Amino acid sequence: MVCIVLRMSIGHTLLGLLESGPRHGYDLKRAFDEKFGHDKPLHYGQVYSTMSRLLKNGLVEVDGIEAGGGPERKRYAITEAGITDVQRWLATPEKPEPYLQSTLYTKVVLALLTHRDAADILDTQRAEHLRLMRILTDRKRKGDLADQLICDHALFHLEADLRWLELTSARLGKLAKEVLPG
Amino acid sequence: MTPAGSLLTADGLRKTYGPTTALDDAEFSIHPGEIVAVMGPSGSGKSTLLHCLAGIVRPDAGEITYNGQLLTGMSDTALSALRRSEFGFVFQFGQLVPELTCLENVALPLRLNGTKRKDAERTALTWMERLEVDDVRDKRPGQASGGQGQRVAVARALVTNPRVLFADEPTGALDSLNGERVMELLTDAARSTHAAVVLVTHETRVAAYSDREIVVRDGKSRDMERLV
Amino acid sequence: MSTTRTKPAAPPAGTARDAGPTGARAWLRDLAMGIRFAVGGGREGWVRTVLTAVGVGLGVALLLGAASVPDLIANRDARATARHPADTMAAKKIDRSDSTLLIVNAGTDFRDSEIGGRSVRADGDHPVLPPGVRELPKGGEMVVSPALRDLMNSSEGKLLKQRFDGYRIIGTIGDAGLMSPKELYYYTGSDTLTKAQGAHRIKAFGYSDPAEPLDPLLVVLVVLICVVLLTPVLIFIGTAVRFGGERRDQRLAALRLVGADRRAVRRIAAGEALFGALLGLALGAVFFLGVRQLVGVVDIWKVSAFPSDMVPLPGLAALIMVAVPVSSVLVTLVSLRAVAIEPLGVVRSTTARKRRLWWRLLLPVAGLLILLNQDQVSRGGDENVQVYTIATGATLTLVGLATLLPWLVEFAVARLRGGPVPWQLATRRLQLSSGTAARAVSGITVAVAGAVALQMLFASMHDDFNTTTDQNPRRAQLYVTSPEASGALAQRMIDDFRDTKGVRGVIGRVSSYVVKPGKIKNADDMRPTTELSVGTCATLRELARVGSCEDGDTFVVHSGDRDQDEWVDQVARPGKPVDLNSESWGDYTGTPRGEHAPWTLPKSTRTITSRPDPVGDEYTGIFVTPGAIDVRKLSDASTQALVQIDPKLPDAEEYVRNSATHIDPLIRVNTIRMIERDKQYASVQKGLQAGAIATMMLIAASMLVSTLEQLRERKRLLAALTAFGTRRSSMAWSVLWQTAVPVVLGMGLAVSGGLALGVVMCRMVEKSVTDWLVFLPLCAAGAALVAAVTLLSLPALWRMMRPEGLRTE
Repeated sequence: MVCIVLRMSIGHTLLGLLESGPRHGYDLKRAFDEKFGHDKPLHYGQVYSTMSRLLKNGLVEVDGIEAGGGPERKRYAITEAGITDVQRWLATPEKPEPYLQSTLYTKVVLALLTHRDAADILDTQRAEHLRLMRILTDRKRKGDLADQLICDHALFHLEADLRWLELTSARLGKLAKEVLPG
Repeated sequence: MTPAGSLLTADGLRKTYGPTTALDDAEFSIHPGEIVAVMGPSGSGKSTLLHCLAGIVRPDAGEITYNGQLLTGMSDTALSALRRSEFGFVFQFGQLVPELTCLENVALPLRLNGTKRKDAERTALTWMERLEVDDVRDKRPGQASGGQGQRVAVARALVTNPRVLFADEPTGALDSLNGERVMELLTDAARSTHAAVVLVTHETRVAAYSDREIVVRDGKSRDMERLV
Repeated sequence: MSTTRTKPAAPPAGTARDAGPTGARAWLRDLAMGIRFAVGGGREGWVRTVLTAVGVGLGVALLLGAASVPDLIANRDARATARHPADTMAAKKIDRSDSTLLIVNAGTDFRDSEIGGRSVRADGDHPVLPPGVRELPKGGEMVVSPALRDLMNSSEGKLLKQRFDGYRIIGTIGDAGLMSPKELYYYTGSDTLTKAQGAHRIKAFGYSDPAEPLDPLLVVLVVLICVVLLTPVLIFIGTAVRFGGERRDQRLAALRLVGADRRAVRRIAAGEALFGALLGLALGAVFFLGVRQLVGVVDIWKVSAFPSDMVPLPGLAALIMVAVPVSSVLVTLVSLRAVAIEPLGVVRSTTARKRRLWWRLLLPVAGLLILLNQDQVSRGGDENVQVYTIATGATLTLVGLATLLPWLVEFAVARLRGGPVPWQLATRRLQLSSGTAARAVSGITVAVAGAVALQMLFASMHDDFNTTTDQNPRRAQLYVTSPEASGALAQRMIDDFRDTKGVRGVIGRVSSYVVKPGKIKNADDMRPTTELSVGTCATLRELARVGSCEDGDTFVVHSGDRDQDEWVDQVARPGKPVDLNSESWGDYTGTPRGEHAPWTLPKSTRTITSRPDPVGDEYTGIFVTPGAIDVRKLSDASTQALVQIDPKLPDAEEYVRNSATHIDPLIRVNTIRMIERDKQYASVQKGLQAGAIATMMLIAASMLVSTLEQLRERKRLLAALTAFGTRRSSMAWSVLWQTAVPVVLGMGLAVSGGLALGVVMCRMVEKSVTDWLVFLPLCAAGAALVAAVTLLSLPALWRMMRPEGLRTE
């Protein structure tokens, strides 16, 4: 499951990591693993394929190549288009669905790393969640018992997510201390 | 700052209780017939915001405007009169007079406004029917269940046809099923009378009954709708 | 007592054993725990304990005061006895000696105060001394009580000082010679005092009248007064023990949660109450000692006493010390009967049994029946039986009224519907729990009913004396008499009083009783006697329709009553002799005193009719102008003057008294007013009203405490009501009604009960009710009570109505 999430956001995550300065592909993998990889480190091949896609889309550029050759020694830097893309990604709430927290977590950490407003990300997500909850609540009120039960199931899950969002908001300060060096 | 067509707006509200700051430059606005949820962690100042908006508590600084009138400059008597005629209130608990029957409790605001007892009780009964609590009309609040008690409280809050209903954790003491029933009835009733509702809650499923959400954190308010 | 024994169906033996000790040990353990709660319950616990203690303390102080009354009376009697001249009534003549002295009463009045006094004249160099006096005053000297000295030296007492300006104050009277510290009393010395002026020769002080059994009616009154004033105190103590009960119950519920059983919880509550009561006892003793000192310094309603005279009877004091703590425990246990303290909260039996009427009616009806039956018994019955039955009857009636009240409040309130919002809130509240209010008010009921009944009784007895008097104060207001018979004195009175400031006119005359001389046919018959008055034509005109008159004229005066006129005519026979010394025949004593003094009533004497004098008295008999008789021949005559004063001059009366004292210190000056005899009655009435009002204040205090307690408990509700725009005044009115309804019901019951009791008691002493409105001042006090309780609870109400109450802790 984690893979699905990763596939969706890995490009943006790597882009975000590049915002603090140009890095080698290997550095990027290490930084990713350290901050987001947890028990599942990133495959180097994944970094390579992602970076070439980003390069192709003009979101990164090659900043320099270390002596010793090979694609793995390339140093990447983010382009203006890349920064805008990260910004757009961070500002767009995720579609509320199960197991969202990994993406959100990634977004929050990235925001902290790039000195963006992490609270905004959470609040935006929160508003999106509540919007969906309103729709479900409305559907529930108009529907029959089956609708109600199904909607309730979704509502309880959304509520759990929202609680997580709230809790994370309250702990942003602590998280920033852990994520940011120094 | 004041959005056009707002019924009740507040700007730059500050309120401290001794050393604790309850509100710190908070703002708020609500349109007629709109249901706004005020959320936030405990102690964030959301109840204080409600108290200020309703004219129960005077803010240390800031302005509150209701329907073109500046609330912050009104006398206590005028505020009381305003609350009696234009506002309705539902609290978490302990708001029903234990000696009066439920019907008398519902009729109480009308009677405080000078309505004759019989007329007041007739109106009260239609509201109790609407909130499906007419079966406890002759019982005392202590003899009704928690859910019934809150619905009686909602009926009482709405009996004067208020333009703004202030609800402070109206489901706080209820289980989810009862809480949702109260919310359904409350919002239905408010919509049918076109009353605006300021709904303070910490439960998102209760907040989901609103049209819009305001979050209060550390005394600052944030209109979530502007983010989307 | 053991839990396991009395309840075989109790929980399994194992758990019972786990509950710890049983019986006496459990009691001790739980009482001790309760005391610990009372002491260590934080601020809340202390407030409750202190409230109870102060309440109980006030009650205990009153009880101790009441228990000191017998001793106080005994001590006052002893003081009175000690300074009373001994042997004045003895048949044996006291011979003049070095230690004997002549003494006569010589009191006076000053404005509202009565001043006691005696005039003394020592026979030798070593006269016996009255208690508290170190040196007997000689002529022109006087000794005074400290209070009198202070009064004379004050600006207020200037006139009084002038009255005694012929005397030099040589000392003050010590405590031993005074009834109370604030008593106004004096001894004046005289060089001219004689037995002829009414003085007695004595050789010792310290005479007491042979102890008379107390007037049975007085016993009834005393018993009633005790019941009236002390029952409310007991009720108040009962209420004080329950102060803060509802909070305590919640605390006890928490104890149930951690495993205390129902009995243990009650015992713990009893322990708390016990501690409060014990503290109250200590406080009560302190209050009592304080008041005791105070009574020696100030005098309220002219009542003061020596602190040392106020000692509670040891038996009664011991009873109070035991009964108060025991009853505090009992009251707590009884009050907890209707409350189930469960681990999850307190359940009050809201659908409580309806109060039953029949047994509550039993008491007052039985009481009144006893009193009504007593009516027949009193006409020929044994007086001792009567006293106790009457007391029982009256007590039953009064206490019965108190027990009737909770039923009445419940009954009346249950029927109240509708009305404005404050009224509705108040009545609904009373419907739900009328007990607390009714209990507090029942104290008032007893006090007011008793006071009404007693005042009616006093009023009818008092009016009995006074309604027949027909004094006409427009013509004269002062009545001056001197035991000395002298035409010259009469003339001097006329002259001196006429010169006194504020005097408009004087009538002076000398009068004596004269008899028909000669043998009486039957030794048992009364010797024909009539009054002979000597006065100028002007004086006589005031007393009879004289017509033409000149000095030397004599008259026979008739009243118009045939029997009386015939009696007069038996003595007053124109042309026949009259004996001017009525004692010279020795008709009743058997020993004639003095010489016969025959005087012939002139043949020319006219018969005229009398007219009432300003005092309302009618004089009949023989009227003589000074030229027709030598007043020195009249034995046992007295000189009298009626002095008309200017009612607009405030101190006219005092000027006359001063003049009188200057003429002769032994002259008595009496004020003639319609309300002459009212003074004593007024003081009794004042005392009763003061007692009833003091009781009401006590009850007001307890009502205030329970109102405040109730407000504090409803902080949240009050704040919520404020939120939706309830006016403060609406809530204030509801507090008012909540107090007023039970008080009005209680007063109504008390007044009707008191009137009924009063009527029955008046009937019993064969007097008719003359004053039906004695209850009005008490009703005013009741209204004041309601107002005071409401006003004093307003600050708390305002505080509770602040929105802060909405904030959840």
